[in-house]
Amino acid sequence: MTWRVEIDRDVCIGSGMCAGMAPSVFELENERSRAAAEQIDPQEAALDAADSCPALAITLLDEDGEVVGPRP
Amino acid sequence: MTSTDTEPVAYPFNEATSLHLSDRYALIRDQDGLPRVRLPYGEDAWLVTRYADARLVLGDSRFSRAESVRHDEPRQSEGRLTGGLLSMDPPEHARLRTLVAKAFTVRRVEKLRPEIRALAEDLLRDMTEAGPPADLVDDFALPLPVGVICRLLGVPEADRPRFRVWSDNALSTSSLTAEQFEASRNELRAYMAGLIDQHRAHPADDLMTALIEARDDRDRLSELELVDLCVGILVAGHETTASQIPNFLCVLLDHPEQFARLREDPSLVAGAVEELLRFVPLGVGAGQPRYATEDIDVSGTLVRAGDPVLVAIGAANRDALRFDRSGKLDITRTNNSHLGFGHGVHHCLGAPLARVELQEALRALLGMLPGVRLAGDIDWKTAMLVRGPRSMPVRW
Repeated sequence: MTWRVEIDRDVCIGSGMCAGMAPSVFELENERSRAAAEQIDPQEAALDAADSCPALAITLLDEDGEVVGPRP
Repeated sequence: MTSTDTEPVAYPFNEATSLHLSDRYALIRDQDGLPRVRLPYGEDAWLVTRYADARLVLGDSRFSRAESVRHDEPRQSEGRLTGGLLSMDPPEHARLRTLVAKAFTVRRVEKLRPEIRALAEDLLRDMTEAGPPADLVDDFALPLPVGVICRLLGVPEADRPRFRVWSDNALSTSSLTAEQFEASRNELRAYMAGLIDQHRAHPADDLMTALIEARDDRDRLSELELVDLCVGILVAGHETTASQIPNFLCVLLDHPEQFARLREDPSLVAGAVEELLRFVPLGVGAGQPRYATEDIDVSGTLVRAGDPVLVAIGAANRDALRFDRSGKLDITRTNNSHLGFGHGVHHCLGAPLARVELQEALRALLGMLPGVRLAGDIDWKTAMLVRGPRSMPVRW
């Protein structure tokens, strides 16, 4: 089981929240976030980052394409 | 290279009674390495003034806020604001932050915009009906964010005179002893605990009720964490915005050509708010030092594990290596990734709400009081962490 990370770089405000919360999943490039890897192992830190993003720019999807984060 | 052998310089640099950025920052920013600074209380610290360094220290998990609790952290007041989100690191920090983050996302806050706009217009209507002069702080800048955060959190607005005093004390720098500071904080905690009890008995559609459910039903936070989270939201939720509204007007009055341009084209308001957030050095000095958890090179200075680093956001926001004509106010500036709300895991929780409040405050002022100007001297707050007018007489 892996998750896919999607970041809307047009919506991202570069707060650095995600890269601080889950540095192995998110990194900042030109002051905007991007996924460090296409597929990640399911993990709480990535969910926390998706929940906390002030711009709601992060989506986490499971293998069936179902949204797992941000949580409702 | 390091400069540990040099004598630390006294800090903070900025004067309380203006919005000027001390000239010393520009000198330091252009020197190699980091200087050592000494604050009124706590141990000596490294001072970061460059934009790239600021993003590194605020964004890198090798710099910790939780470590500050175990140190005599450099600070401007004798008392210390321990506890709360700003004293935590991931993943502990995420446990609490995620509970409130959803209330402050861009999407949620946009839904509040019509209400915020109406409140801003109502306040200015009351002001114009009473006639000039008026105090922009008491009649507009303070009741706007207080009204918004009270409704969002579930705090009676009528209690404003009470929590205003506690809130001021929490952000004061010199007037209180550690004991007085502690006593004031305990009063504010007791007040909030009382409100939480009321909400437990009578749940409402507000953030406090949601946080109570997170505690009582899901055990996501302790009772003290619940109280401190609500206290933090109330204090942080209005003081900075209430200061920035008059600050922004001050700066615009000092830049009449930019002000005129904004009046002619209110669609520039959102960009103007970003530029004003960059341009106004809100704090008297940097606070909330980050502690290195390992040896890290910052601009040629070896910061040792256990060393505190202060980030001067106001100086980083004027770094010419990042911002063209960095000392100039330009409301049409693009690519403006300023650090006015900080950066990294402690990036201001309420930033989306503050943005909407500041945009709507400015829009209402431009539309309803286009000829607004000073009607007397500004009385500046002193002995506070955040700079801004205590009162600002205006006419129109």
